[in-house]
Amino acid sequence: MNLVRNHVLISIDAGTIMAGARAVEKTLVNEIASQGLTDEISVLETGSVGATGQGVILVVYPEGVYYGNVTPQDIPELVEEHLLKGRPLKRLILSEVPRQHVIKKEKTGLLKEQPRIVLKNSGIINPENIDEYIAANGYEAIAKALTTMTPDEVIEETKKSGLVGRGGAAFTTGIKWDFARKAAGDIKYIVCNADEGEPGTFKDRLILEGDPHKLIEGMLIAGYAVGASKGFVYIRGEYALSIERLEKAIGQARQYGLLGDNILEGPFSFDITVMKGAGAYVCGEETALIESLEGKRGHPRNKPPYPVTEGLWAKPTVVNNVETLANVPDIILHGALWFRGYGTEKCTGTKVFTIIGNVATPGLIEVEMGTTLRDIIYEYAGGIKDGKQFKCALVGGAAGAFLGPDMLDVKMDFVNLKEYAAVLGSGAILVMDEDVDMLDMLKSVLHFFRHESCGHCVPCRLGTAQLVKIIDRVSASKGKKDDIDKLIKIAQVMQATSFCPLGQSLNLPISSSLKYFGDEIRSRVR
Amino acid sequence: MVNENQCNCEQAQEEELYDKLQEIIKEHKGKPKELIMALHKAQNLFGYLPHKVQEMVAEGLNVSLSEVYGVITFYNFFSTVPQGRNDVKVCLGTACYVRGGQMLLKKAEKELGIKAGETTEDRRYSLGIVRCIGACGLAPAMLINDDVYGRVKTTKMIEIIKKYE
Repeated sequence: MNLVRNHVLISIDAGTIMAGARAVEKTLVNEIASQGLTDEISVLETGSVGATGQGVILVVYPEGVYYGNVTPQDIPELVEEHLLKGRPLKRLILSEVPRQHVIKKEKTGLLKEQPRIVLKNSGIINPENIDEYIAANGYEAIAKALTTMTPDEVIEETKKSGLVGRGGAAFTTGIKWDFARKAAGDIKYIVCNADEGEPGTFKDRLILEGDPHKLIEGMLIAGYAVGASKGFVYIRGEYALSIERLEKAIGQARQYGLLGDNILEGPFSFDITVMKGAGAYVCGEETALIESLEGKRGHPRNKPPYPVTEGLWAKPTVVNNVETLANVPDIILHGALWFRGYGTEKCTGTKVFTIIGNVATPGLIEVEMGTTLRDIIYEYAGGIKDGKQFKCALVGGAAGAFLGPDMLDVKMDFVNLKEYAAVLGSGAILVMDEDVDMLDMLKSVLHFFRHESCGHCVPCRLGTAQLVKIIDRVSASKGKKDDIDKLIKIAQVMQATSFCPLGQSLNLPISSSLKYFGDEIRSRVR
Repeated sequence: MVNENQCNCEQAQEEELYDKLQEIIKEHKGKPKELIMALHKAQNLFGYLPHKVQEMVAEGLNVSLSEVYGVITFYNFFSTVPQGRNDVKVCLGTACYVRGGQMLLKKAEKELGIKAGETTEDRRYSLGIVRCIGACGLAPAMLINDDVYGRVKTTKMIEIIKKYE
């Protein structure tokens, strides 16, 4: 990078592109040139800065000023005022930047500064330039692993860190790797699950758009630890920008000798192929995903055997979520103890949440494990929109639990939520205000499951259809007296007998919504 | 005369498409594991997957036709009927549902005169439902071809759709 006076970061992600980020960028570059400032001011593309729904977002450094809803018409004034005269343009400054997004060191708020591990580079570096990732200590962890650690030491360090899968199942990553390492066979695979289909979740998309090299490095380390030389990223077909950036990043890594044969001139070889999914929620389940990777219908498999012994093409396979793998480089670089410094004793590290629904500033945040729901909603997301009352939050995606006001102060992590019969799942938090009709909400969840049931097993195929039939007639005020009890009964049977988590998990949204809003929902049955 | 020319033209176009399909099949020849990749490319080419295309893919990749059909009908992304030139999809994921996605769908169905899953007679639009496109912060969202629209209001929706010829 040349020495320049100001850096202007422009956030390029699906949301800002839609708001016209490309046009703003073009105008900005032209305006800077016409003012003769090209040598002094550098315009850099970056991933999401975490805030959504604020139009085109620019960040000017070193001041760290965030501008939102910027249009091409604003550019001449912005360049003249801020970049030429040094006076920040007040009318465009984002007032409601969730604290997480402000990375000003001198800021001392009520809460201590929040850690970023997974999203450390997102919104700061240009994701399409490998040099910027390397400048931010990128690929140092794989170099450290390859030159100073044995695969067993990498696994041991990962185990010690306490890292668990961030896709929802929360299985200890190091143990999974260990199983695959010890499984018989020469050919093994690393599969990254980027088939983010859980409604309300878009964390993996923003990690892929904002820092694709981090995922590549995480997969490299996993490959080295397990003894695999081939990796696959199974990614949602709808994620056009993520696919483009990831493929670009893979190309750059190959050029730099960080992917391919004899990485860093050592004996370790590893390469990554990107595979596009074709839209099936059930493919988020690891064995269904493997079936799909093999070119078949995405039906879940019988377990055991587990993928770590017989996965892709019957070879030992590790399936890890994007966020899980994105944690790995820093664990190896800074050590397990450093990682344990974040989160709680039983659940370490950070968690990326997508917070959406009726909140003032929806978006993406990374906080320590164990942060309370209250802090997430009121400190980071600006509270409930339009000053309304909090009714409940659906935590963990469509198959998650509804949490009422009594759960606001419960620590949010995988271990603790389990004690309250709730799940963290993929980290989606959908907040509902007092005006939301709970029956309608539950109806939307049930319709979703009927649509996504893959039809492989009877309880789920017939159960989801029956649930929809019942909720539809209740919603049309034609419900029968025992309809609500039937919903509960069917969901319980599905939980006990369904083949995969899709059918098993439906009991959670049904039982939790009835726990809090039983009266409201039952009052609709005459 | 003019009509005849047009006919030839279309025929030539179709032949060209099938030539391209042959190239795709060649790339994946005898590799059943690459079926989904091949189908992605084939659908990109034709806009949907007609019976003849399914047969050719099945033969080329050495997969039975029933398996090809099974895969196509399993995944949302694939279609066996012709689609409109513009693919309008309303998101009904939970976040969009809370913020009025259902209302958007009703409005679109009324204005376009078709139900979700159908195509207008002039083949200008196909209407569909999508379950979460990861734009939850911008709910309710709508997808037209590859363009995402967020915070869509029922009043503005038709204006947006009409931009697509």
